[in-house]
Amino acid sequence: MDIPYTVQPRQDTGLYNAKVGIWLFLASEVMLFGALFSSYILLRVGAQEGYWPHGWLNIPVGTANTIVLITSSITTVMAWASLKMNNFGKFKFYHACTILLACCFVGIKSYEYHDKFTHYSIKLADGNIADGHLVEKSKDFNLEQKTGDIVIHGHKVDLNNKQGEELQKELKKIYDIRSPEGREVKHEELKISAAQIASMETYGPWHNTYTAIYFTLTGLHALHVIGGALVIGFLWGPGSKMWKTDPERFTNRIEVSGLFWHFVDLVWIFLFPVLYLL
Amino acid sequence: MSDAHGHSADHPADHFSHHVRRYLFVFYALLFGTIITVAASYIPFGHRALNIGVALFIACGKAFLVAGYFMHLISERKMIYGIMAFTAFFFIGLMGLTLWAMGDFPFNTVRH
Repeated sequence: MDIPYTVQPRQDTGLYNAKVGIWLFLASEVMLFGALFSSYILLRVGAQEGYWPHGWLNIPVGTANTIVLITSSITTVMAWASLKMNNFGKFKFYHACTILLACCFVGIKSYEYHDKFTHYSIKLADGNIADGHLVEKSKDFNLEQKTGDIVIHGHKVDLNNKQGEELQKELKKIYDIRSPEGREVKHEELKISAAQIASMETYGPWHNTYTAIYFTLTGLHALHVIGGALVIGFLWGPGSKMWKTDPERFTNRIEVSGLFWHFVDLVWIFLFPVLYLL
Repeated sequence: MSDAHGHSADHPADHFSHHVRRYLFVFYALLFGTIITVAASYIPFGHRALNIGVALFIACGKAFLVAGYFMHLISERKMIYGIMAFTAFFFIGLMGLTLWAMGDFPFNTVRH
């Protein structure tokens, strides 16, 4: 039995069914990301003064990823337009570009995640904080048994007995990298023995509320990118056989997958300034 | 459906070449918007709230271009507008509740 209204629009909606379906799905997605954005607002506004990070993410890398996603949006819409113009070859080319750009986006995001998982915040026994990227850990490094040592490329911050403006200036060396205080910090290799360390953790989701919401938002977004790329990959590969048997239905499938892809781009348009720039 | 969608696959290619030019224009506008967003973040407007406002304003403009032209919302059927109107209502309600909650932190809230 044929599925009705895969090509012809229904009289009551004026649309083919899949299009109504994808828009209803996107409506639910707006609310999903909306809930996370509202969580971000509450966490940011509720943060103690001086403790909300600015400049923790690499802006050139984030900008490059934004351009990658925008470019994938144009290749997606061009793939659909190519089918509308009966040019299957161009469709194949544009959607191959979309898939490559999606892989590029995920690759860059992975690089950024790796950067955070190798960035350590080390609370020292004397109350100072050592902050920087892992260079190496000795083989016998064990925090519980206090053996071995760790080398990081970073800097130390002294928060002891500091209050008010003095504390805020010192905090900026960690939390506001783009501030004058943050920019003047000089990074060097620091060798720290386990005996000196009170506690240490990476800049993973557990580090603070900023990293928690950063990984939640970008992780969920990356899952959407991967999911969208898998669907587009299927329609580019084995799914493209439908072009020979039912071209209009296939074109509609490309349109629906494209709508999802543009939504993913749209979410990133807000994520980029909110997480990287502000 | 939109004027871009309502044509069957055998529609003349020159009609779609008009749309292609529009898509390319939107693409360049989005690239320009991205550069402007990054540049604006380096300009101190005096208060961080102003920087946030400018960045979100540009982001809204870019979102309009993507939704309006790439997703063809600018010329869609009433059914889609209906779905989007409901979504906008609940989204604005959600953000409104968030703003309301911001002024209602319980006394002695522990902040991290």
